[in-house]
Amino acid sequence: MDRVSLRATARIAADADGGLPLLVSDGPLALRRTRAPEPYTRVTVVGAMSAPLGGDRLAIETSVRAGARLLVDSAAATLALPGRSADPAAYDVRIDVADDGVLRWLPEQVVSVDGSHLRARTTVELAPTARLVLREEQVLGRHGEPPGTLTTRLTVRRAGRPLLDQELSSGPGAPGGWDGGAVLGGHRATGQLLVVEPAFAEKPVETRLLGEHAVIAPLAGPAALVTAVAPDALALRRLLDTALAALAPF
Amino acid sequence: MRTGTRSALLVLADGRFPAGGHAHSGGAEAAVKAGRIKDADDLEAFCRGRLHTTGLTSAGLAAGAAHGLDPHALDAAADARTPSPALRAAARRLGRQLMRAARAAWPDPGLDALAAAFPRGAHQPVVLGAAARAAGLGPEDAAHCAAYETVGGPATAVVRLLGLDPYRATAVLARLAPDMDRVAERAAAAAGEGVDALPAASAPLLDLTAEQHATWPVRLFAS
Repeated sequence: MDRVSLRATARIAADADGGLPLLVSDGPLALRRTRAPEPYTRVTVVGAMSAPLGGDRLAIETSVRAGARLLVDSAAATLALPGRSADPAAYDVRIDVADDGVLRWLPEQVVSVDGSHLRARTTVELAPTARLVLREEQVLGRHGEPPGTLTTRLTVRRAGRPLLDQELSSGPGAPGGWDGGAVLGGHRATGQLLVVEPAFAEKPVETRLLGEHAVIAPLAGPAALVTAVAPDALALRRLLDTALAALAPF
Repeated sequence: MRTGTRSALLVLADGRFPAGGHAHSGGAEAAVKAGRIKDADDLEAFCRGRLHTTGLTSAGLAAGAAHGLDPHALDAAADARTPSPALRAAARRLGRQLMRAARAAWPDPGLDALAAAFPRGAHQPVVLGAAARAAGLGPEDAAHCAAYETVGGPATAVVRLLGLDPYRATAVLARLAPDMDRVAERAAAAAGEGVDALPAASAPLLDLTAEQHATWPVRLFAS
């Protein structure tokens, strides 16, 4: 690790006509417009170099304007790596979706590598008629290694009111008990899939258990959350894919 | 701001305070069934994890209510921090029961207004904070109460569920005391900065197993 810590903010804005008035890569966050199934515009985050390292401050800002339909994914998992700096790395995702906008935010996993320390924060502001599919997956360590320290916070507001606010900490720097029977219980992968659909206000999703390790549940607003734990990234993705097919026809 | 006596805190935190908490295991019943709690060490890891997740979040909400933050904003914040519908329902039921006991213990216009605004019950930590305020206690007192409940409930439940030696269960609680103090202190500090600064620590297994537990036809505890 022979580079200094860096700051980078990539920016995306999507319009209803399928255009991307803003598509700005920065540092390790390279953005590419990629082929998408109609009617979506698709942006793929391509990791141009290994990041985030300790001390890095990375951010992606995404604005889905009125009536736009945007799909964002990534070419590979994000590896949180140890750096020279003792400071944690920060990865901030800031999203806003305007009325009648649709965002499918489906990045690959965050892998918390041994010795790393990452704080990832996702903040979403939704207009009343916006729709959202958002997936977050955390993998605690590469295969067979202990995990680094990872804290992820997901805050979603809809029409100015809080809809979902969750923070999870794991690894050697997390408060005690994170691997006990209340929090992760030895599972090495965990994730969430959030679907916000205004139509759920009339017809809420019913709670559904997906085997022993995942549940689809209605939130207090027009949204459903899938909570899953799994032994590894592959098993986790299978659970979330099953839920995604059941929940989000758009 | 703290005009109540230390004894008022003991009354509010006492497991015999008639607020219905004894009917809830705090997720311990599901954890025992799944084999995640088999002995005192497992209980300690479970309680420590619950304390630093749900416990911190509840303590923040309670401290916020004791601090006098807007109860509607706090209740909405509690909803957003409780993705499990079974746990939202349990929190409101417990809030309603606590409200009844608190109004009898410390008659107070703030409690009356909260009860009127949430006839089906506000989230329990919000009521707890309001009750602490009515009793003349401060935000950190309310946070201590919430933190203690978070671990006291599962410890008592596991004594009944596993036949665990009550001395060992109590020793677990004693070992957690420094963590409870830290959680209460952090929660109270956050509450001083407003609703948006409140902790949102969560526990995937508690959310998941609460929904599984709610489907059991026969169970000893309500949650």
